[in-house]
Amino acid sequence: MNVAEKTHFIEADTLIGKRIQKKDAPEKAAGKTRYIQDMVLPGQLHAKILRSSRVHARIVSIDTSAAKALPGVHVVLTAADVPDQQPIGVARDHLPLKGERVRSLRDEIAAVAADSEEIAEAALKLIRVEYEDLPIISDPQDALKPGAPLIHPEPHGADGKHLHLKPNAPIAFAGKPDNIAMQFDYTHGDLAQAEAESDVVFEDTFKLHYVTHCCMGVSGIIAEFDASGNLLMYSNTQVPFLHKREFAEYLHMDPSRIRIIQPPIGGGFGSKLDIYPFEVICIFLARAAQRPVKMVFSREEEFLASPTRQPVLLTLRSGCKKDGTLTFRQVHTLHDNGAYTSWGATTPFVMMQTFSSLYRVPACDYHTTAVYTNNPYAGSFRGYGNLQATFAIEQHMDMLAEAIQMDPLEFRLKNAQDAGEVTGQGMKFKSCGFKECLTTAAERSDYQAKHRDNIVHRGDAGPVKRGIGIASMLHVGGGAKIYPSDGCGTILKLDDFANVTLITGASEIGQGSETVLSQLVCEELGLPISAVTVVNNDTAITPWDVGVHASRTTFIAGNSAIGAAKKAKAKILAAAAKKHGCDETALDLRGGFVIKADTGEPVVELARLMRNLHFSDKAELVMTTFYYEPPSVHQDKGFKGDVSAAYAWATQVVEVEVDTDTGIVKMTKVTGAHDVGRVLNRLGIEGQIEGGVVMGQGYALTENLIVDNGVTRNPNFRDYKLVTAPEIPEMDISFIESMDGEGPQGAKGVGEAPSICIAAAAANAIYNATGVRIFALPFTPEAVYRALHGKAEKPQLQAWKVTTT
Amino acid sequence: MSLKHDIGFTLNGVKKRVTVDVGMTALDMLRDVVGLTGTKYGCGEGECGACTIQVDGLSMNSCLMFAVDCDGRDLVTIEGLAADPRADALREAFVEHGAVQCGFCTPGMVVQAAHLLATHPDADAETIKRGIEGNLCRCTGYKKIVDAIESACCGGK
Ligand code: FES
Ligand code: FES
Repeated sequence: MNVAEKTHFIEADTLIGKRIQKKDAPEKAAGKTRYIQDMVLPGQLHAKILRSSRVHARIVSIDTSAAKALPGVHVVLTAADVPDQQPIGVARDHLPLKGERVRSLRDEIAAVAADSEEIAEAALKLIRVEYEDLPIISDPQDALKPGAPLIHPEPHGADGKHLHLKPNAPIAFAGKPDNIAMQFDYTHGDLAQAEAESDVVFEDTFKLHYVTHCCMGVSGIIAEFDASGNLLMYSNTQVPFLHKREFAEYLHMDPSRIRIIQPPIGGGFGSKLDIYPFEVICIFLARAAQRPVKMVFSREEEFLASPTRQPVLLTLRSGCKKDGTLTFRQVHTLHDNGAYTSWGATTPFVMMQTFSSLYRVPACDYHTTAVYTNNPYAGSFRGYGNLQATFAIEQHMDMLAEAIQMDPLEFRLKNAQDAGEVTGQGMKFKSCGFKECLTTAAERSDYQAKHRDNIVHRGDAGPVKRGIGIASMLHVGGGAKIYPSDGCGTILKLDDFANVTLITGASEIGQGSETVLSQLVCEELGLPISAVTVVNNDTAITPWDVGVHASRTTFIAGNSAIGAAKKAKAKILAAAAKKHGCDETALDLRGGFVIKADTGEPVVELARLMRNLHFSDKAELVMTTFYYEPPSVHQDKGFKGDVSAAYAWATQVVEVEVDTDTGIVKMTKVTGAHDVGRVLNRLGIEGQIEGGVVMGQGYALTENLIVDNGVTRNPNFRDYKLVTAPEIPEMDISFIESMDGEGPQGAKGVGEAPSICIAAAAANAIYNATGVRIFALPFTPEAVYRALHGKAEKPQLQAWKVTTT
Repeated sequence: MSLKHDIGFTLNGVKKRVTVDVGMTALDMLRDVVGLTGTKYGCGEGECGACTIQVDGLSMNSCLMFAVDCDGRDLVTIEGLAADPRADALREAFVEHGAVQCGFCTPGMVVQAAHLLATHPDADAETIKRGIEGNLCRCTGYKKIVDAIESACCGGK
């Protein structure tokens, strides 16, 4: 800082709402960022996993002798070699290495650590496994039929028969007498009465397909034990602190002996929220080899053995009165859990919020049954069930509006939530820009006029029809109290040159949290963004945080960072006031100086003040800590409660061109209006929304993981179609700034929001263009062509009211 | 175990001699033998563009190229683009326009974009979109990448 500047008055300025470049972007654009795939530790071995070649089978024998004899092979492990394995996952229902039964093609049977990947792969080919096939369940509806084969009959636990159990060990997973993995039941209001009051009722079944994250960086981990038995992991987990505890349980270790370092990550989107078998297996290998072991997936393996979005079969009944008032919603969903339970099974937490609270609805009755099948298992994925719920709800909103001959926008506005409302589920909407989202997106896209015109032109000559569709969403925007704490810790220190080190529990997964957190700190301390160094990737250094999920980082970690910065500011101003003989309330921080708050006149350069403090008789440093816990509550047993400190809203209008000759749907424009509380980094938030829109476009139109009798048919980018650059729609994004009272500088979370409405709005747009409603995703040319020519089968859910609750 | 071969090529302006397995890809050679990790593995099948490099001035998927076929060629990777002022402007444009999120696709995108600008200095948005069609990005939705390339394109004139 130049002292000559002292003579100038320093104008007030803000970083909030500006276009701030991502701090890590220059390194990434230069190819210098070292991702986990790029890391090489001295003495490192390479690991590979042998997966099942059968969809459902008993393992008769495993012979690893030839693999063990291969030169360059250090360790070969099967379940028999790890008798202390613990069941892992959300329901603790599977062992990392399967010894007795395989339940899906991704199942891990053996693992090898060798001098090179090539040797490890060659060793896998030498392992002989004998199977005895068992009947396959690939349709979730079959899983519930009486007499259906069971997927998890045996316990993973302690009856002495199971070789992975020590004698007298407690039963960790008791086995299942049926194929039901999880059930959720929620209700509010008087359903019978609400139904009786309805003038119109619709009942339809919707089918939501498999898609997967397709992070450009494939999954990977490096594990290493030191001489004292402490475990160091390089991992791309999104929840390092929770996982530290979980790994400790799986490994029978003291959690304090586990350290997780998170190298930069090649995409997350929810995929790194659970612990997967490969991670535990890699640690087993490292323990056995006493060398660092690195395991990185191939792209094919990434498709086969990483989680999917939850596929759902969903029957929705909705009703309304002639005047446009919603009366009730009744929902039954069947979740295809896959062979094991990960976070996908718990998506009803989010889905029921949308059904109960996106619009005001006097009665809501919601039931989910998640069943085991022999399919790939579903995990958490950006939007977490909300894409599926919104797809159903927003189509019914259009259908109800049409039935009572009301404009679809008017119908939505009539039922939309307002600030101050407390929903049947107990969610309290403190800031709520929903109606403004609706009107903004509708106006900017000229929705109402186009919607009317398109209907008129449906019968025009030519194969290409234009359509416009609208859909909205509600999502948690201030964290989600799912764990005992939803908080985040911050440690902040200033050095002798007034540079800040911000040590935060919150991980950067590409979403730009480092930059936003730096901005919030600089706003308090009056420093340029370049003055901040963020440390956020090492559990041995950073304070606790619950992890990156539920669009919570900006809100929770942001408030935590602000808390620490405010404490630092108070300390600095008190010191300056004392030294310069004035009242600290008359001082402020701006442009790297302590200034007079009223005039902006510089009092002392901040760096100089820092040095004076440090090198004085009573030497002192400015270091502060803060832990932020949001004022949300846990849901009760009936899933009621104000689970988030704030809620985010959005409306998206999608325009399409449908070629009725080919079934090709072109998404031409997306107009979005997002209630984000307040824009912090305009560049970052635009990028997050654009990326989310295109991810939603893929979900709606192109992406489809084809799982056929338990076999994934298209584990590659040739046959699994991600949206490419020429296909993206024109995007018009508006921000509604509802200035949330609890949010950092008024902001709310936005990470998941932009993907949520696209498929629902696209469905409504296709209907607007063609008069044909399609109840199943994705809208591939084949599917659309069939639907337009009356050849599509309407999805059916027989489980309606059949499930035992 | 496998057959080895000695090859020589120019890498980012520097002459190199290495010994590689005959079955090795250029991508693996760059990452594992030479130790330049800016070039990424995204699919290994020519479908994602994360491994894009320039070979004799043409952009190639290094995962589809045998290392032995690099013999006698001139290779430029993301690390080598540092020496090219035009590419500097491009990289800055990526940063400035917010075209980088997780960054995993970014090196391949930048190399592809550099080639695009070299061959189509006046490219418009549509040409740019087609030019990066073979490069997948899961984070950004491509818009800011196209904006960045477009700005470098006009700015470079
Ligand atoms: S890694 Fe070469 S194109 Fe994907
Ligand atoms: S920035 Fe993440 S894949 Fe492109």
